[in-house]
Amino acid sequence: MKGFKWTMAAAFAAGLASAAPMPAKAQAQDSIFIPLLSYRTGPFASSGIPIANGMRDYLEMINQRDGGINGVKIVIEECETGYDTKKGVECYDSLRSRNPVVVNPYSTGITLQLIPRAAVDKIPMLSMAYGLSASADGNTFPWIFNPPATYWDGASVMVSYMAQREGGFDKLRGKTLGLIHLDAPYGKEPIPVLQAMAEKYGFTLKLYPVAAADMQNQSAIWLNIRRDRPNYLYNQGWGAMNPTAVREAIRNNFPIDRLVGVWWAGGDDDARAGGAQAAGYRSLNFHQAGTEFPVIQDILKHVVDKNLSRVDARSRVGENLYNRGVYNSMLMVEAIRHAQQLTGKKVVTGEDVRRGFETMNITEARLKEIGMEGFAAPVRLTCADHNGHNRVFVARWDGTRYVRDSDWIEPIRDVVRPLIEDAAKKYAEANAGWPRRTETCDQRS
Amino acid sequence: MFYREAGQYKTSYKADMSVFPLLQDRIGIIAILAIAFVAVPLFASEFIILSVMVPFLVFALAAIGLNILTGYTGLISLGTGAFMGVGAYACYKLTTLFPGVNIIVWIIVSGFFSAAIGVVFGLPSLRIKGFYLAVATLAAQFFLQWCFVRIPWLYNYNASGAIEVPERTLFGLAITGARSSPEVRYLVLLSIVVFLTWIASNLVHGRIGRSWMAVRDMDIAAELMGIKLLPTKLLAFAVSSFYCGVAGACMMFLWYGGGEANDAFNVNQSFIVLFMVIIGGLGSLIGSFLGAFFISTLPTILKFGVPAVGIPLTGALAEHLTHIMVGALIIFFLIVEPHGLARLWQIAKQKLRVWPFPY
Repeated sequence: MKGFKWTMAAAFAAGLASAAPMPAKAQAQDSIFIPLLSYRTGPFASSGIPIANGMRDYLEMINQRDGGINGVKIVIEECETGYDTKKGVECYDSLRSRNPVVVNPYSTGITLQLIPRAAVDKIPMLSMAYGLSASADGNTFPWIFNPPATYWDGASVMVSYMAQREGGFDKLRGKTLGLIHLDAPYGKEPIPVLQAMAEKYGFTLKLYPVAAADMQNQSAIWLNIRRDRPNYLYNQGWGAMNPTAVREAIRNNFPIDRLVGVWWAGGDDDARAGGAQAAGYRSLNFHQAGTEFPVIQDILKHVVDKNLSRVDARSRVGENLYNRGVYNSMLMVEAIRHAQQLTGKKVVTGEDVRRGFETMNITEARLKEIGMEGFAAPVRLTCADHNGHNRVFVARWDGTRYVRDSDWIEPIRDVVRPLIEDAAKKYAEANAGWPRRTETCDQRS
Repeated sequence: MFYREAGQYKTSYKADMSVFPLLQDRIGIIAILAIAFVAVPLFASEFIILSVMVPFLVFALAAIGLNILTGYTGLISLGTGAFMGVGAYACYKLTTLFPGVNIIVWIIVSGFFSAAIGVVFGLPSLRIKGFYLAVATLAAQFFLQWCFVRIPWLYNYNASGAIEVPERTLFGLAITGARSSPEVRYLVLLSIVVFLTWIASNLVHGRIGRSWMAVRDMDIAAELMGIKLLPTKLLAFAVSSFYCGVAGACMMFLWYGGGEANDAFNVNQSFIVLFMVIIGGLGSLIGSFLGAFFISTLPTILKFGVPAVGIPLTGALAEHLTHIMVGALIIFFLIVEPHGLARLWQIAKQKLRVWPFPY
């Protein structure tokens, strides 16, 4: 036994010694580095895996089909965060010195941590339709971008949709909207807007927080929902919480067509968990699911068929969250293209890509060019508006896939935008020494 | 041979009772301090400092805290994460209410808030022991975490529900916030850890530590010898929570730079610190450091170190491996070496002392 202990101690020491050097890999001068903070493990993996695959496959497709963005290869590297803030920040620290041109944290918690660092490190951050809603204010947050819509836009769309179904905003008086949400910064984001709207339109808002530890055990909260009988239920959940919410709604006889998820609650696996009865579950969305778009066909041809993808089955390409990942990568690639146009450089830096985002204008024509006609709405950002507050639609789970169920709905901008500017001001005040915007504003070419 | 005490005579009680009686040990500790204070900030990369050294030091402080309670006094606690949270939230409230006072003062002072809460939840320890006490501290964990999430006053009504660490400076140098350099944060943290370790070492080697250990070994015997159980146990709770609270404040202000209780101060955190203490060695300060280093750096080594030496290991696989290894190691240590890494270190020293002639 003594000898054994010794060997173990020696092995332990050797392990530590071998781990000491951590050289940063040298970057070639003719490529652009895009790290993907993804999560394929942990309680949120069911939502994280399709997104990670979609993000990766679109970038890989650009590399395979076009040889990169205007001929500049993209170096893609994933870093596993497990949706854990600490690990996410560790990933960021390990990647920062390699000059990434843009970072997507893919977690509201990690985004909140990195927001103050983006300006210091000169790396733009894309938190696509998640993160701090207030960061849509480009004057306060020149380095953060959250197109195409914020959670606050989403909440306002939910109220508009409710009004559409009820036949007008005046019919909302006396109705009840329940918000079932993850009890974390992500889930709490829409509360201020819903409160403001409840006051304005006279409906009652009920909150149903679900702690991260109870994501798969929501019976207590559904007891309250059964008692309160809200007319509509807005679901701001993520990961294992969503399939449970769908199942519980069915079990508790809550009308499934009145359960509407935010866009992140629109995973195929979330709805599939409810079986046939889940048909009719709704979720907000800003892009289409399915494989019929040229861009998805190109991914199938250039990536999946060449075995370069990490999807476990071909049928999973085109799922709603997979396409979300594709959309996310499309935004990054378009921002880099704009940056190349703006600076005339081929290999752009983080600073250039920030300017690329601020001048980003993806029109219908441009969407058609990149094989995304009908896939999503146009996106246009400005220096002051880093979000666009774009149109959103409601998708319906038909039993096998998500289909569009409503027209494009405009967010109630005149309520959301002042709230955002106010929140941004408060954020800057609370964080003493918040830098004033010194970055110049580029004119769109 | 390498490490021998022949010729080192102790001619006073003071010399006999010193913490490091051997010259080699004293040289060793000076060398370690020199490396930590000078070599690391000068030569280590930012990644090593931020992702290896800073987490290690924060967890070392928390592990010392838990070790005082569990290792030295024999009171099992599963509330470490919550006590760390008390420190972090206290520090946040203090520094936003009184921004003029230096942040380092508030980091230390926040420990006293944690100590007070710790005493309250330590009160049942006179009547209940072992498992029952563990469950009582688990109640503290859940109750306090609930408070952090549900009382908006604690996080200044931030829309995100999270602590947002503002910038604070010392002599014009930013030590918290996004603009503070990793080296500065590391040095501040290291100074706090060294100072508090020195105090802990004096505590456990003195009268108070002796009475803690007497209570641990057999509380009835300790009571018969004239040790008052309640004050002794409560003092252990207070000191332990103080260390955990300071660790929590350091974690938020010098490492995370902001965050939220469900994520940072959940029951997992309590378990991780407990694993550190078990693997490092119960009732040993050096064990707290060894255990903290081992558990806090293992995931980083697997995720970044192993691919860096050329072995392809994806992030997801590394994540799974970490869970498997930590679990296996805990079982292994409990069976083979219940005294943990600290005991292995002691054996190694003993071997070096008699090398090359073992007897």
